[in-house]
Amino acid sequence: MNGQTDPWTLLVIVGLAGITVLTRCFFFILDRPWSLPGWAHRALHYAPVAALAGVVAPEVMMSNGHFVATWQDARLFAALAGALVFFWRRSVLVTLLLGMAVYLPLHLGLHW
Amino acid sequence: MFFLREIHRHPEFPRGMRATAGVAPGIAAWGLMTGVAMVKSGMSVVEAVAMTLLVYAGSSQLAAIPLIVASAPAWVIWATGFCVNLRFVVFSLHLREYFMHMPRWRRLVTGFLTADLSYAVFTHEFPEPARDPAGRLAQESFLAGNYFVTWVAWTGASLAGVALGNLIPSAWGLGFAGVLCLVGILCSMANTPLRIVAALIAGAAAVAAYALPLKLNIVTAIAVAVIACFWLEGRVPAQLKGRPA
Repeated sequence: MNGQTDPWTLLVIVGLAGITVLTRCFFFILDRPWSLPGWAHRALHYAPVAALAGVVAPEVMMSNGHFVATWQDARLFAALAGALVFFWRRSVLVTLLLGMAVYLPLHLGLHW
Repeated sequence: MFFLREIHRHPEFPRGMRATAGVAPGIAAWGLMTGVAMVKSGMSVVEAVAMTLLVYAGSSQLAAIPLIVASAPAWVIWATGFCVNLRFVVFSLHLREYFMHMPRWRRLVTGFLTADLSYAVFTHEFPEPARDPAGRLAQESFLAGNYFVTWVAWTGASLAGVALGNLIPSAWGLGFAGVLCLVGILCSMANTPLRIVAALIAGAAAVAAYALPLKLNIVTAIAVAVIACFWLEGRVPAQLKGRPA
């Protein structure tokens, strides 16, 4: 890390590229039509949102491996503002802009 | 295929480009921040450029960044990327009827290039797959114009972000923009009551299980949330389950 290119990260990236092809082409890689078992179809409804929440929650609510001990953390306010404005405007772009508009002054100005 | 003369000379190609132009600024802004987030997380320029060109999937790229920084095992990163990308599996079932007449390599390249907004614009324009060769060529040309604009907007902005990220001090914390993009995508996916429950359970489980080695807290969170929703499915009134996508 820290600006150095290492073979392990490149391997991970190539693998992720394979996963993009696998998932985007999932049902038309093979020529024969086929279908998933029922439980897998049901899992498709919940797994994507669960995976994102599993990644996002620790990024917002933890620092150095511990639950944030103070409410004076710019990430909490930015993520909350971003989520609220999404449900109002339905735009990832607006979420990004408002979230950063909340984050940067708190982070740079108040060092939260 | 975009590089074939019969495709990019087809009148549907510029029509597909115009239909996508409206969403291009949003794609570009998201790509720009993804480029900045990759470099500010500590990835090298070579790694960030390789990720932009090869992975070409914003949400799985952004989800992978903290895991790569934490040196999580490759299989955990791939499993997380796979789960984040599962929505494409649903899209691919739909796109199958549009693509099956093509040879396999052409299907795979077209599928790789058809990201979220390309899929949305394309299937909105053509709710039914064409039945004759002329109609199929027209649809493929429209889609090629559509994903061409998407690719240029995303890749161009991401590479600009990688260059820009190198100039901006890390202390500004712009890497957090990647997390904010994920917050927005997460909210857009939490579109039924049970999916909101899945997000809340997975978020809580990922924080509670954070001490697990190898970033296994994320895999654990996905498993716990999916199993909990399976259990809840049979126990909540039908109107709370929402319409499946």
